[in-house]
Amino acid sequence: MSAADPLVEFEHVQKLFPVPTGFISGLRNKEDRPAVRAVDDVSFTLKRGEVLGLAGESGSGKSTVGRLALRLLDPTSGTVRFDGTDLSTLKAEEMRRTRSRMQVVFQDPLASLNPRMTIGQAVEHPAQIHMSDLSPKQRREEVYEIFSAVGLDPPKYYYDKYPHQISGGQRQRVVIARGLITRPDLIVADEPIAMADVSVQALLLDLMMRLKDEFDLTYLFITHDLATTKYLCDRIAIMYLGKIVEIGTLREVFTNPQHPYTKALLSAVPVPDPRHRRTEPLPQGEIPNPINPPSGCHFHPRCPIAQEGVCDTERPELLPITGIEDHEVSCHLRTGAYQELDPV
Amino acid sequence: MTLETLYSIRNLTVEYDTRLGGVRAVDDLTLDIYKGEILGLVGESGCGKSTLGKGMMRTITTPGHIVGGELWFEGVDLMTLSEREMSDIRGNRIGMVFQDPMTSLNPLMRISDHLIEAIRTHYPRMSEGAARARAVDMVKDLGIREERIDDYPHQFSGGMRQRIMIALVLALNAALIIADEPTTALDVIVEAQFLDLLRSLREEFELTILLITHNIGVVAELADRVAVMYAGKAAEVAPVEAAFIETKHPYSRGLLRSVPNIDVDDQDLYKMTGAPPNLIAPPSGCRFHPRCPRAVELCSEAEPPLLDVTGAGHLASCWIYSDRPNRPTDDAT
Repeated sequence: MSAADPLVEFEHVQKLFPVPTGFISGLRNKEDRPAVRAVDDVSFTLKRGEVLGLAGESGSGKSTVGRLALRLLDPTSGTVRFDGTDLSTLKAEEMRRTRSRMQVVFQDPLASLNPRMTIGQAVEHPAQIHMSDLSPKQRREEVYEIFSAVGLDPPKYYYDKYPHQISGGQRQRVVIARGLITRPDLIVADEPIAMADVSVQALLLDLMMRLKDEFDLTYLFITHDLATTKYLCDRIAIMYLGKIVEIGTLREVFTNPQHPYTKALLSAVPVPDPRHRRTEPLPQGEIPNPINPPSGCHFHPRCPIAQEGVCDTERPELLPITGIEDHEVSCHLRTGAYQELDPV
Repeated sequence: MTLETLYSIRNLTVEYDTRLGGVRAVDDLTLDIYKGEILGLVGESGCGKSTLGKGMMRTITTPGHIVGGELWFEGVDLMTLSEREMSDIRGNRIGMVFQDPMTSLNPLMRISDHLIEAIRTHYPRMSEGAARARAVDMVKDLGIREERIDDYPHQFSGGMRQRIMIALVLALNAALIIADEPTTALDVIVEAQFLDLLRSLREEFELTILLITHNIGVVAELADRVAVMYAGKAAEVAPVEAAFIETKHPYSRGLLRSVPNIDVDDQDLYKMTGAPPNLIAPPSGCRFHPRCPRAVELCSEAEPPLLDVTGAGHLASCWIYSDRPNRPTDDAT
């Protein structure tokens, strides 16, 4: 098991959600019906032991990618592989066993926990399903161990608490503990700290980093907050309207962003230092309707350097940047045949 | 530069009745808002920042009520006004913008109707046509295309709705805008666009804005002064640079240092211990003392006053800055 092992692979993955239409238009050809292209031809590899950040604004498709990685959704086309296996080929029983190796942490811990279950029961529940060879006593010991690992100390005190009896930050620790009990390889964390207060966010980020080493985890970290990716991620993918527009090591993407959208996103992040207020101009307007995305490069109507005749007509591809390792961008002016048009 | 106070909160206390007793969400709080400034009010959930905003408008509803204090605005103590007089102030002099604009806009009214109604409330003698012309000018000013003025609220995106809320407040010619988490529901680029808009409107209309938010970054980007609240009290009030660079209160220090900064490499985030207190039975003395790395005996015995610790309007409520012999020391920063 080398560190360069791919754990999750997306190959040309597409996910369409049909838009509810009236009866008459429902009679049309299936292909003609309008659909939201939530994920549109996305390919990437998440290596074992790596933290990949998936960042973008609402509607960019980042959460859908997370759900596809867990096979909570099936792709419309393309392949999602987990540890070398195409998830769509797995039968229900095989999928159930694979699931114990992949876990998810959502944004709202209160919505993720059953209010009638003690948090100890909640964490023990996946162990009952996936670790049936353990005796009840051994399972209980496992829960205590995980509770200590996530900082719910003393574990015996917390075991019998209900979700409403503990704080929001502690609830998110419970959800993380529940994810860890089956000793998974992959954690998909979808905005795991977005609802927590600032001081609690720092604690949760620190906890996630610690657990990653302790439990040999691989994270797919989905967030709208680029500042936190900097703290946690090795690599980052920036999404816009269902596509990855830029991907690479965090250092490379943050210090040398190539896509105009990545640049805009990075400069728009509010910085907690009044001496460094933003001065860069922002792109105009907001994210267009994903049912009917702009032609060519989806970002061209808002792009400060878009070139007529190219960016508005031809789809750019995600291509490696010459001379730089592990940095790909989907921009006509930065990679591919039209680079000489780059005004910069 | 002399600062003219536009709104002065004096010893305001707001309490919510619960089965377990009264919760003082805002406790004996005193704060001045200067004319023409953007004051950022930050704190974590439950610190009382939104209650303070509502208290200033006298829109606290049961089980909450204002227990005491004075609210001086344009030379009048708002606490002495009748409900009717107060509603005039709310409509005309103080405007409020919330996190979710859909709760403030009537889904059955076109944007033009909202604006015309607001303008004609303020100028009863203006004709509908003139009011409409004015409404068109306003939305154009705020970056909304003229042909969209007859659309309904649901046809707009979150960022556009927030612009419409601002247009309504401007139509009323309000002197003070209280904005409670106005950008929290917005994506980061739209948020930045909205902050730019607030900045330019402030210049153009000499607005005074109280920006209530949990987002420390937004305050650093926009505010002139910062007030940090903890457990119903003001912990620190200072000009923005001093608040961030020469932070005085141990709580604000911890809070500001626990925010990830995209400009900083290998940042060491501050990990605060404990959780905010239960306000039914708040800690004795300084409310932060159980979590404070500097706390000494004095801190649990007596409540520290909010003092100007630099003589330049940098207020902090911490015994470190007192002249008590048994005060805590400020060795580490």
